[in-house]
Amino acid sequence: MEKVFNQLSDFLFSLLQGEENLILSFSGENSQFIRFNHATVRQTGLVDDADLGLKFISNSRTCRGGFTVSGDFDVDTARGKAEIVRMREEAKEIPEDPFLVLPENSGSSHEIKTANGLPFENAVEALVPAMAGMDFVGIWANGRMFRGNANNLGQKHWFETESFCLDYSLVTPEHQMVKGSFAGSDWDQNEYDIYVQRSRKKLALMNRKPVKVETGEYRTWFESAAVADFLGMFSWNGISEASLRQGCSGFGRMRHDDVRLSPKFSVVEDFSPGFCPQFNSNGEVAPEQLTLIENGVLKNTLVSSRSAKEYGVESNFAEGGEYMRSPKMSSGSLNQKDVVGQLGKGLYLSNIHYLNWSDNAGGRITGLTRYACFWVENGEIVAPIETMRFDDSFYHFFGDQLVDVEDKASINPEVETYGGRSLGATTCPGILVDSFKLTL
Amino acid sequence: MRINIDLQNLLSAVDVPAQWVGLREVFEAETPRMIRDGVPVANMRYSTHGIMVEVLIDGQFGYYGTPDMTTAGIDRAAKKAFQQAQLASRSATFQFDESARPAHTGSYRSPFVKDRESLSAGKLNALLMDAYTHLKVSDKIVSATSLCQVIEIATKFISSNGSDISQDFLMLEFDLRATAADGTNQQTRSFGGMRGTCRQMGMEYFDSHEIMAQAGKIGEQALELLSADECPSGEMDVVIAPDQMMLQIHESIGHALEVDRILGDERNYAGWSFVKLEDFGKLQYGSKVMNVTFDPTVSSEFASYGFDDGGLKAEKEYLIRDGILLRGLGGRESQIRSGVPGVSNFRSSGWNRAPIDRMANINLEPGDSTFDELISQVEKGVYMESNRSWSIDDYRNKFQFGCEYGKLIENGKMTATVKNPNYRGISNPFWNSLKALGNTDTFGIFGTPNCGKGEPNQVIRVGHASPACLFENIQVFGGV
Repeated sequence: MEKVFNQLSDFLFSLLQGEENLILSFSGENSQFIRFNHATVRQTGLVDDADLGLKFISNSRTCRGGFTVSGDFDVDTARGKAEIVRMREEAKEIPEDPFLVLPENSGSSHEIKTANGLPFENAVEALVPAMAGMDFVGIWANGRMFRGNANNLGQKHWFETESFCLDYSLVTPEHQMVKGSFAGSDWDQNEYDIYVQRSRKKLALMNRKPVKVETGEYRTWFESAAVADFLGMFSWNGISEASLRQGCSGFGRMRHDDVRLSPKFSVVEDFSPGFCPQFNSNGEVAPEQLTLIENGVLKNTLVSSRSAKEYGVESNFAEGGEYMRSPKMSSGSLNQKDVVGQLGKGLYLSNIHYLNWSDNAGGRITGLTRYACFWVENGEIVAPIETMRFDDSFYHFFGDQLVDVEDKASINPEVETYGGRSLGATTCPGILVDSFKLTL
Repeated sequence: MRINIDLQNLLSAVDVPAQWVGLREVFEAETPRMIRDGVPVANMRYSTHGIMVEVLIDGQFGYYGTPDMTTAGIDRAAKKAFQQAQLASRSATFQFDESARPAHTGSYRSPFVKDRESLSAGKLNALLMDAYTHLKVSDKIVSATSLCQVIEIATKFISSNGSDISQDFLMLEFDLRATAADGTNQQTRSFGGMRGTCRQMGMEYFDSHEIMAQAGKIGEQALELLSADECPSGEMDVVIAPDQMMLQIHESIGHALEVDRILGDERNYAGWSFVKLEDFGKLQYGSKVMNVTFDPTVSSEFASYGFDDGGLKAEKEYLIRDGILLRGLGGRESQIRSGVPGVSNFRSSGWNRAPIDRMANINLEPGDSTFDELISQVEKGVYMESNRSWSIDDYRNKFQFGCEYGKLIENGKMTATVKNPNYRGISNPFWNSLKALGNTDTFGIFGTPNCGKGEPNQVIRVGHASPACLFENIQVFGGV
């Protein structure tokens, strides 16, 4: 795939005239997807996909294009040439862009991660036996992913990795569920079998009759996966500089009114684990670590080079959408074995679902409990709870209501596959909150 | 640039001993343009082109989505898809046969007058810039956006049992948006909420001078919201505008009736449903005034088509009649698996995804009340327009919606504007509290360009139409 990208890049750069600039961004995958329901195969297939994005700058104008890369040089160069011609014409008639981000050559990178993964033809045989006797539903995604970037000044980045993820749910006859996500690069059959067996044991807890919790405010423990979902909201009308400037960020109170979150709450953008490339679609390389919130204080927002020009601030080479690509929340002092005891009486929430801002300016987020969520009394799990809606502000649960933070951060890999398989992960611990509002 | 493919030739070259083979070619190009704060921020055109190869062997379908549309590439894809299906067939959820892919021939072309190229990039940017100027009614408008997206899709589906279907679509998405702010008091008003305008139509849409009038109104209403009181809290009646009703229908009817969800396929991702297979033909889904159709035949609605991606001919069907649940959103595979009557809704997001049960146009049929008659029935309540927040549980029961713009209703009349209007409820009791439906004068056709579902994930376009609706005794609340 890298060779295809390099050949196509060289060809397209050779078409440029005069002061024209071109930045190319490549994304591709060779993937296997197997969908399971009731521990059987519902759908199975393979997808080869690759897309080339073009950012063409000429006449103080920016145009973008993109097309599917077929792998056939003649087809792909014809598509690329047609795009250059189209954008060259368009650049003559659209308005001038006062915030142009021109390409630079600030160094190239090359990273290829090889793995001893599970061959596509062995997947069903390897995965299905461990599911026996359970109501197992989920998705297996496996294979190589590619990201590339190049510009006409000679800068070039290539990132290639191989990984698998079995994201699944186990379901009791009473419709209570346990979530699992077995992800990695090198396949270890024994490790997989043990992981699924652990989920099977968790499922036993779900066989207790669910209790109905009344609306109101409760002391609550959120496992790492739930905290990761809350942090995900920071990437949507959240910690983006553009969102703040455009009046649609929940962080306005931190920026304008110096409101602070708990001193126990710190978040950094951390590329050091290598979950995703450090370069963005402009080919710019972000700092390996960028502090966003430190001890409850907003230190940095995510700033793309375009926002930097528009608002007169310094870029930290965020992606154009100014979302977090590899966030990491600092751990605290609460050990997992002490969680239920410290919770005492309240809610133990393993996962949450379908979050949305209910009052963005107030930092208020609504959503629902899902999967292994329990009622706890006297420091012991009593029973799973029926699904409840919550509606509360992160200024509370990451702020004045945050009691303690788990001493270990877990990795929550990005499992979304809209358009293609995603890269990245959220690393975070669980949190204990003194009061959390259930509304329905 | 779209290259021409001879799909029949490719099918002839496929050499696998399958019970059935299908090829679905999809070309799609999206052309978004956007002006934000007086500056062009998007002038783009992205295209995608590839073929989904599907084979059936030993009761199991296998697929291979590939951009390599050469004879050798498609034959290789078919052989790999065959292998995937064969390896999975012993562990299959269901043993299908050819009846899951009925043979049909035909074509569909979405209605439009002017194609994309009839309005140049320069003229469209000028129009969007003009709209931006009309949105910016005050310095308190801290950000304003005008945007449109043209979507062109061409699909062709052929199969070894004789299907031969061509479908061509031209669609448009358009939105205007203004955010007013005064310190941390910030309010956004748009042209139809998060979904804006999305229809099957051409560039003739922009001939309308109403766009500038709408832009001015949106800017003024954003300012108006800044100084408005918070929406009151409590149990009261609500009158909901069609641009919010569309999402209410989407989340608490559409997704709940997808038969693959009811069969459990989606439990690891989108979720399950409070509806059970035995509910069809029996469940009182809503009040007696409620009639809901699956209708991919409505001219210009966002998800109209002639055939679904399994080749089934698209026809209008009643899902709910007089409040009783009749039919599910299940394509041919789900109909075979469940035995429940379904519709032609086996759809995929593109050439690189296999079809699953999706919505198309799901419409709430109008009633006979004028808008004023709806309002006059309310002693104390809130009128709400344009979605800005949405959330519902994995069984499609407990929902919560937030809207951009509200008006108090007092003693049968609309009075003061209120900000941050929200409401929440549970699907089945909520629809049974539907008291009255607006007539065709209150009817609006909307849709959503980004309905997410499926594993691997798929985003698809759906349409929803509704009149204004009056609901009794709903939980209403405001902001922080």
